[in-house]
Amino acid sequence: MAKYFRRKLLIYLLTFIIAVTVDWCIPRFMPGNPVDLIISRAGLKGSAVSQMYTFYMQAFGLDQPIWKQYLNFWIAIFHGDLGTSIFLFPSPVTKVILGAVPYDLALLIPAILTSWFAGNNFGAFAARSKRLDNTLLPLGYILTGTPYMWLGIVLAWAFGIAWRIFPIAGGYSFAMRPALTLPFIWSLFQHWFLPFASLFIVQFGGWAIGMRNLIIYELEADYSHYLAALGAPKRLVRKYAFQNAMLPQLTGLALQLGVIVAGALATEVVFSYPGIGYLILQAIHNEDYFLLQGCFLFVVIGVLLANFIIDITYVIVDPRTRAGMQGGAS
Amino acid sequence: MSLNIKNLTVYYQTLKGDVQALEHANLSIADGEIMGLAGESGCGKTTLSNSLILLKPPMKLISGTVELDGKPLPITDMARMDEYRFKKVSIIPQYAMNAMNPTRKIGKMIEELLHSRRVDYSTLRTELTRRLELVKLSPDILDMYPIELSGGMKQRMVMVLSTLLNPSLLLADEVTSALDVSSQKSVSEMLVEFRKREFVKSVVVITHDISILYQIADSIMIMYAGQLAEKASTETIIHRPLHPYTHLLISSLPKVGVRYAEKRLEGIPGNPPLLLNPPIGCRFRERCPMAFDKCVEEPPFEEIEEGHFVACWKEPKSYAQA
Repeated sequence: MAKYFRRKLLIYLLTFIIAVTVDWCIPRFMPGNPVDLIISRAGLKGSAVSQMYTFYMQAFGLDQPIWKQYLNFWIAIFHGDLGTSIFLFPSPVTKVILGAVPYDLALLIPAILTSWFAGNNFGAFAARSKRLDNTLLPLGYILTGTPYMWLGIVLAWAFGIAWRIFPIAGGYSFAMRPALTLPFIWSLFQHWFLPFASLFIVQFGGWAIGMRNLIIYELEADYSHYLAALGAPKRLVRKYAFQNAMLPQLTGLALQLGVIVAGALATEVVFSYPGIGYLILQAIHNEDYFLLQGCFLFVVIGVLLANFIIDITYVIVDPRTRAGMQGGAS
Repeated sequence: MSLNIKNLTVYYQTLKGDVQALEHANLSIADGEIMGLAGESGCGKTTLSNSLILLKPPMKLISGTVELDGKPLPITDMARMDEYRFKKVSIIPQYAMNAMNPTRKIGKMIEELLHSRRVDYSTLRTELTRRLELVKLSPDILDMYPIELSGGMKQRMVMVLSTLLNPSLLLADEVTSALDVSSQKSVSEMLVEFRKREFVKSVVVITHDISILYQIADSIMIMYAGQLAEKASTETIIHRPLHPYTHLLISSLPKVGVRYAEKRLEGIPGNPPLLLNPPIGCRFRERCPMAFDKCVEEPPFEEIEEGHFVACWKEPKSYAQA
């Protein structure tokens, strides 16, 4: 058991190092550099240009040789320092990200978990029921094939512009200041609803289709036939089938937690929702190396953590992985 | 009579048409009888056994009735049949190795299964332990997952589980096929022991291995291409078979003390017919050395002498001596 987790931990550590390195490289592959952008925005002329250029290059540590920048980056990470945002200068990146994280969590966690839960249950319910199967199947494929961005735009147009039920931009009303009051929370909810709904609908279709197929497969498994031959009621057979079909769906959940970041990016951009996805887009527009690095780092940590948790859960729910582990340990 | 099957015909419905897997089966099994059911792959052995316990699509009952212990068995009524399953009719399936839910501890699964059948697990617990010891399994295995057991252990576990409620009829489908020779022997001896202890009343042992039946079966029934060919006591089938197919089948088995270096072991020339569109009449006639004009009609499965049934048009004694 301990050996299994040590090995897993080592793999996660390696993945982390490689991912962080890639994360550091990507912004630097972009043409131009952030200081050029600042200078041109400031509209400076003459010798001021080169003076300010040198100043900013030093301030951000961009004048140092590339290997040194890389090393500094690692040292800074272990100090919990992700640098200073360039486009929101002089806010530290950590603070900018922490400001966006609550929006992300509040949007993504309910969207992923409720769609996973509802989709799986509905898919299991629909499997082997002819009428539901004939209606759900095409609908599910359409839903899961819908791009997040497109659905977001349609929802924003229908509910925000045509019917004016929900606002279509921002995390809360522009007329308000954050406070712990009922009107503010109501405003938060109103702005949260459409992005949430667009994520929920697309993912619901995917989970429902997946679960339906898995259940049908499990109901044809030998243990299901045996139970039926011994007169076990449908309820028990389906319960076992559901529990076993849940295992691949758990892995799917972990993968989804990783993939969702891209989905949330599109959704957050459509609704100008102030989460990490929206921040990533802003950082790219402004060539903000440090903010972009910080956002990606956050995503990397999130994906690894989610996978690690699922790994542990899997060991608990599936005895076959436990048996495999013992084999590996001997 | 424990089991009484009359004129049972079961087809598989497919897109290409009906597969006529079991045709006009008439047969009875006495209380305490172990009947061997033998024949080639696809001859309808498993169809016969499944139609007695779990007759569901694509299987379809065309005609026939089944009686168990003098009462009709509602084989086509899935809901009413549930009451008989496990308690009156039980099965050790062909796939016994995969028959248990992989993500449940075995004891837990048994408990949930019994609970769903409204049987109290706690009162059966001691009996279960005793039977596990009888088949040389430690009661600890109830705390294990199926994956932690060997193939033979799973086979024995399923045997104990299937017979736990003392069914009148046990269908043992290829129980020895996936086992090595010594496990085959112990598993088949256990079946006999189970009958002796009255865990089960009658047993149908389905196999393609006639040598196993010779050791444990009281009677043997031979099937060919969905039709019953012959049923008689084990001794009669082995030494004095009447149906030409049985005759050829038995003579194609190797015998102890005969060296096959000089004399090649003969098979039966030809192949069984496809059951999607089988020939009318006796289905064996194309491979039968004795076939004649009459064979285009389906021969009745008739009792020639006490307990000896044959479906063949030929005067039986003429080739019994040949």
